[in-house]
Parts: sequence; C-alpha cells; structure tokens
Amino acid sequence: MAHNSKGSASEAYITGIGQSEVGVRVERSALGLTMDAIKQAVADAGLTFDQIDGVATYPGRMAGFLGFSPIGADEVIEVCGIKARWHMGGGELPAQLSAIAEAAMAVKTGQARHVIVFRTVYEAAALSRPDEFPALRRETVDGASQWTAPFYAISAATWVAQYASRHMKRYGMTREQLAQIALNANRNALLNPNARNITKKPLTLDEYMEARLISTPFCLYDCDRFSDAATAVIVSAGDTLDEVKATPIRIAATAGKVDRYSWDQAEWVAAYATGPDLWAKTDYTPKDVDTVQFYDGFAFFPITWLEGLGFCKVGEGHEFIEGGTRIARDGELPLNTAGGQLGAGRLHGFGFAYEAVAQLRKEAGERQIPGDPKVAVATSGGGPLAAALLLARD
Amino acid sequence: MSAKRPRPRLDAANRPFWTGGSEGRLNIVKCDDCGQFTHPPRQFCRHCQSENAAPFAVAGTGVIDTMTVNHQPWLPGLEVPFVIARVKLDDAPGVYLTTNIVGSPVEAVEIDDKVKVVFEEQDGIWFPLFEKVA
Repeated sequence: MAHNSKGSASEAYITGIGQSEVGVRVERSALGLTMDAIKQAVADAGLTFDQIDGVATYPGRMAGFLGFSPIGADEVIEVCGIKARWHMGGGELPAQLSAIAEAAMAVKTGQARHVIVFRTVYEAAALSRPDEFPALRRETVDGASQWTAPFYAISAATWVAQYASRHMKRYGMTREQLAQIALNANRNALLNPNARNITKKPLTLDEYMEARLISTPFCLYDCDRFSDAATAVIVSAGDTLDEVKATPIRIAATAGKVDRYSWDQAEWVAAYATGPDLWAKTDYTPKDVDTVQFYDGFAFFPITWLEGLGFCKVGEGHEFIEGGTRIARDGELPLNTAGGQLGAGRLHGFGFAYEAVAQLRKEAGERQIPGDPKVAVATSGGGPLAAALLLARD
Repeated sequence: MSAKRPRPRLDAANRPFWTGGSEGRLNIVKCDDCGQFTHPPRQFCRHCQSENAAPFAVAGTGVIDTMTVNHQPWLPGLEVPFVIARVKLDDAPGVYLTTNIVGSPVEAVEIDDKVKVVFEEQDGIWFPLFEKVA
C-alpha cells in the first residue's frame, strides 16, 4: 500500500513512546510514574519540553477516585513547564485510546505540533494506602451503575462474562478456546521486561482450567488486575517530522463508534460497530495488518475485536484463536505481543498503543515479531467503550 | 445473596421503576406517540424524542438473553454462587434488564429459560428479580 504522506501537515504520527515501571503497590508516587513515562517518551522522540505544545489524557484527574486516575493534563502542564496551545483530559470519549485520536485531530488541524498523551493508573497502590487514597464510598448508586449494582453485578467482570456466556451458547465457544487469550498473554509477558512484576511464571492450560472462577465463564486468569504505571506517547504533526529522532508511526485512521451507551441494553459490544467504521476511513484492509494489540481487561474482549474488525466472522473468534498458533508471535496475526493487560498489567488501554509502536519500529526486543511489520491495530475498551487506532510505518 | 443490595438514588425519572413493585408493577417507560420503549427510563422517548413518555406496566415475563454464575463475593457477606442475568422482556421490544435469577439452584438456570418477575423489597426499593417459569 503506497502512502507517501510523510511530512504532510494533514497527517499525525506517534513519534515517541514511554512507560514507567509497572508494579503492584509501588512506592513511587503517581506523579513520579507519570514523569518517568513522559520524560522517556519525549526523549525517545528526540524532543525537549519547549517543543511540546499540547497535552491530552484519559479520563483526566478524578478527585473522587484517585487510584483510577490520579494525574490530569493540568498538572503535567505545570510540572513540565509546557506552554500549552491545546490540551484536554476527559472520560466522555469513546474509550481510553480516544485521547490519542483527539490529539491526532489536534495536530492535523494545527491546534498543536507535538502533544504528550498519557494515562496513569494507581489502583493497586491506592488500595494499599487508604489514608492517602480513600476508597470510593457511596450511600447510593446512580447513573449507569444503578442498573447493575443493585443485582450485585458490581464488577465489569459480571457484565462482560454475560457477553462471553452468550458466545458459548450461541456459537459454541469453549473455555479451552477462551483460555488461549490468557495463555498467549502469559507467554508474551514473560519476554517483556516491563511485565516482570506482573507475570513471573508460565501458565499452563491445566492451571487455567482449575483456577478459581470469578464469574462464569471467567476464571482468575481471564481478568486483569490492578497495577500502578504510566504510559505516554507523543503525537506529532506530519510537518514536524524533521524535528523528530525516532521512526515515526503514522496514525492512519481512528474510530470509536458507540450506538448505545449502556453495558446491558446493547445487542453487541461497541467493537462490532467500531470495526467497520475504522476500515471505512482507510484504504487498508484487515489483510494488511501485521499485528494486533487488543484490549484484554477481560479475556473475551480480544475475541470481540477480532470479529468486530473483520479478522474473522462474527461468532468465529474462538475458532480463530483455537490452539493459539494464529495469534502467537510467529503466527499469522500476532496478538498482544507484550502480554496485554492480563500479562503485563492493567495499563488501561495505553499499553496497546505503546506496544504497537514498538513492534512497528522493530524495537520490541525478545518479543519482536518476525518479518517487516508495517501495519498494526491497537484498541481499547469493551462494552459500550471502543477506540481503535490503525497505525502504519511508511 | 445476604449482603445489602446497593441502593439506587431515586429521582423523577427512575422512581416508577424502583418503586412500582409495591403495586406489583414492572414499570418501563413507553412513548404515547410512537409506542416504543425507553430504558433506562428518561423524560424523553429515545426513539422519537417525544416528551409524552410515561411509565407503563409490562407483563413482567421474559427470557434469559444471557447470564453468568457469579462466584466472587464483591461485597462483605455476599453469598455465592448466584446468577446474574440479562432478561429480555416479552412485551417491551429492545429492553433488557440486568437482574438476578432466584428460586432455582444455579445449575438449573440456562440461557433461553422463560422467567417472570418477583419483587424483593429493601428500604422502600422494590428490586425486580426473576424466577423460572415452570
């Protein structure tokens, strides 16, 4: 596919990536983690803070729920001394990676030239330090949660498990097939130095099948766990690439289509509407894709993305991953090569963009996929949340 | 499931849903103009944006669209396992209710089972739960 748009102001690129240590109950402050990731991303791009003029994050600092999102764009502007021409931080976006899509729109329309986009999570540390991070306590539930929490459907695990159960009933998915998501994540995480605090030993199918059930069909290994980390990327305008040191990765298309904003009123999770919308915005097709990095907060989500994005037909995702060979690092469609969230921590979406860029630059170390990968899809979200990024190395 | 159920905060839009059980009614917002249902309840019909949308007592029967057997005690004292299900109402097209299936052992509950509403009251809230129809 010929895309000779390098250097065009109408294109947006990811020009730098950074990630802090990923841990569980880390000592380092949330701002410390954030700055570790941001400094790394800025240096990776070969830029300095005085060249940065935009900041974006998802979902912004959440005062009542600091473990979930402790750091906002405003704090980063202050700490980094950025003269911000454009910034945003918000949760009313299609999903986590939409912050990157928003930044891409900003640089394409001249609102900014180089944007830091980051996501910091501090959920494990916050739980262990309740004095500093009071638990979310509510006398009553309202908004969307009033339709699920009163039935003890408190965790998203129980909402997503129901979509997975339906796939089992309707299309014959088995737990052994579903297991391939966790097993693949485990194998890849063992090769990811940033995952060493999350995944320490190999997982076998027997261990998976015998694991404690959370909410059928999900067992312990199908659910990501709270972790503490920050991930950052730099999104740059196409006409700034002469300032950048790293291999730029073009944001070829973005999508996030939400037909019903509800976890239980929709026939399908939003990945199914988002997939066709992504392909409608590009000349690329699923056949062009060399690797996919799909949100796996719960193991069923990558199956919905495989089907929604048309890598297989609806109802065939579990057959696509059967045995794990197709989605392995040396398979036809390597999936979650850094270990995803199941293997490398609940980075809340941004880890998938980081890894897609690392793979396309061929800088993923031991876990690098073979060949000459040029096109990747990174996604985040599940249920009514969905964001997809199509990334390309020109 | 002995833990106290998280309590919805009542407002003008959701009160008929959460308190209708006191009169044995499962109230779902229905549009007087286009006849379609809106759930979660709102002041406006989500299909035609009419404000002539009001609570309507549906039959309270449906089928289990999908379900999960929950094993994780998310709250202190929560007894497990139990069934969380999404029930598709027979006479309110497009409306699903997340609920619990009660009155049967978890092994006896399956997708496509026919169910009917039973209300469980707690501090003035009438939670619509469902049980299998013989």
